[in-house]
Amino acid sequence: MSNKLSEVINTLRRLEGPLQVSAGPEQVTVVTAAPALAQVCAQVAQACDARLATSVGCDERLLGRGFQVYFVFAADRAGAFITVQAELDENAPVFPSLTARLPAANWHEREMHDLLGFLPQGHPDLRPLVLHPGWPKGFFPLRKDAQLPPSPFQVAGDLDMPGVTGQGVYQLPVGPIHAGVIEPGHFRFFLDGEQILSLEAQLFYVHRGAEKLIEGRTPALALPVVERLCATCSASHAIGFCQAVEALSGVEIPPRARHLRTLYLELERLYNHLGDMGNICAGLSYHLGNYLGASSKEALVSLNAELTGHRYLMGVAALGGVRADLPGHAPERIRTVLAQAYRDLQELLSGITTSPSVLDRLENTGRLSREVALELALVGPAARASGVDRDARRDHPYLAYSDLKLLVPLRSAGDVYSRLMVRADEAQVSMDLVNQLLRTLPAGPVRTDVPPLPPRRQALSWIESPRGESVHWVQGGNDGTIYRYRLRSASYQNWPAVPQAVLGNIVPDFPLVNKSFELCYSCTDR
Amino acid sequence: MAEHSPAVVVTARSQPTQELAQAVNWKVQRLFRRSLQVRAVDAGSCNGCEWELVAALNAIYDLQRLGVDIVASPRHADALLVTGMVTRNLELALLRTFEATPHPKLVIAVGACAGTGCVFRGSYAVHPGVGEVLPVDVYIPGCPPTPGAILQGLLVAMGRLEPPARRQEFVE
Ligand code: SF4
Repeated sequence: MSNKLSEVINTLRRLEGPLQVSAGPEQVTVVTAAPALAQVCAQVAQACDARLATSVGCDERLLGRGFQVYFVFAADRAGAFITVQAELDENAPVFPSLTARLPAANWHEREMHDLLGFLPQGHPDLRPLVLHPGWPKGFFPLRKDAQLPPSPFQVAGDLDMPGVTGQGVYQLPVGPIHAGVIEPGHFRFFLDGEQILSLEAQLFYVHRGAEKLIEGRTPALALPVVERLCATCSASHAIGFCQAVEALSGVEIPPRARHLRTLYLELERLYNHLGDMGNICAGLSYHLGNYLGASSKEALVSLNAELTGHRYLMGVAALGGVRADLPGHAPERIRTVLAQAYRDLQELLSGITTSPSVLDRLENTGRLSREVALELALVGPAARASGVDRDARRDHPYLAYSDLKLLVPLRSAGDVYSRLMVRADEAQVSMDLVNQLLRTLPAGPVRTDVPPLPPRRQALSWIESPRGESVHWVQGGNDGTIYRYRLRSASYQNWPAVPQAVLGNIVPDFPLVNKSFELCYSCTDR
Repeated sequence: MAEHSPAVVVTARSQPTQELAQAVNWKVQRLFRRSLQVRAVDAGSCNGCEWELVAALNAIYDLQRLGVDIVASPRHADALLVTGMVTRNLELALLRTFEATPHPKLVIAVGACAGTGCVFRGSYAVHPGVGEVLPVDVYIPGCPPTPGAILQGLLVAMGRLEPPARRQEFVE
């Protein structure tokens, strides 16, 4: 056990209140009573310099443990995850809301309220989040005894949006179906002229009930669903899920599989970052940049198809490793395509940085301060563009990352330009990582057997996806199947930052600001 | 729902059956003059099908050169291109979009989710495919269909290709 981790444990043991502390490798669990939950969480966050990483509400009545809530904190500097757990009363599943003290908990608690019927007491905004108005009352899908009423129903949809009022303030509704080929979400702007005074978003239009669907399946049957939660984070999610299952089953994957998974994750980051840079250019009406980004992405996803048979890397991950080894000519092809991608990137960057009209739109647009980024516990390029030095690959190394030389690029202005440039810098780091991986690729098998899930235990895993750290939480049931699975994607964590970043901007810049975060709705809504 | 001819399923190997594809072709050739203005609707996709549609518009595939364009409003559209299995949360918005699209119109279901619900079939939160909610004219299968497959499907819909599809109701 590392010194830093034992320091964390000692800190936790000194905390006041009714709690029990136990430790495993890289993970610490604090069990407390429901009424003390908010206070203990706030103490943990403060004493261990930890941020909210994920939360899980769980109906464990079939495991003989009632309703449980888990709030998981990441202490990045100590390299540890700390879970605070409390059992709720079965007849009145209530706990004190964390949101007032930890704003990052806002959506997490609303989601538990929607899907499990837990009540975070004192939450400032308990409007529906995941299930829009119109779902049958008392239907809590993640409860084990949940049942949809037999009568047909239609979800009416519209959420109350208080926003701001005042003389001259008007509202502009946009979506859920948008002008471009993009995912659905409803945005309500509260405007003074063109200036945005407030933005409210209603998301979760693509909620597919995936977490419930996975319950009762073996991990092998759950994997195809997990990798279809979000196409452009598919490798990240699939590998993250496999890692959680492997942690639970106590399996170590072969060294070559570790390297190949890392390689796929970096290839995924690369095509996303180049594509996203092109998309930001589309938001600028800078068409050359858009075409360059799109062509470069096309070359990279075609490379994926050549290497793995799927343009978005679906099907590459397998429990216990990867599904297949690389074709023999792969290293050479990867180097060739990456060399071209590097040239595309330089061309794109020189186009952007030498065009005053492009820079004018990018700089100072959609600023997000470091304070807000910290408060909302942001992750990924969005956090790093606001000066928050956070990267799961370095802070909580997994797969082959501890063997690699990894730089974490940082910017501080928090505007669209910074988010664009962080991606550009990271793309170059990824290219370097891929080269390191190809040089050091170990020989040997690419897959090992994974025994059935052990019953009634849970495990956590984390992956720095292209949009930031995503956290997977998997719990085994009584019979080798999954009892509960939760994905907290990077997009889920970062969405609440978008309405903050657009404040004071004008409506025509919204698409640009939105694209600079480039958050997926699909892995947010699940 | 008004009477509606069975849908074409675009596949590489299926035998051409003239009469069915003609039903679709007739619409496009007579009514839309061999160009197609398409409104894309994500009704529960993982975004994979969207990205492939976007890729079909990139400089390599360049869908627009074939007379297809993606339009910003259903009011401008000849066809709705729907991805995703149709989530409960989006059903109403999709129906409204369909209503807003002027007659005559085609519905093109893109991807396995839009066809059958794909791996999400059976979830409480989704319908098992677009056909449950709207009358579908053309199915383009795949998870996701590649840009080339989307292109091929749209060309079949427009009657610019010999139809590779056979008459088939989309059943389980
Ligand atoms: S068909 Fe496949 S790629 Fe398309 S939306 Fe469904 S899961 Fe995603």
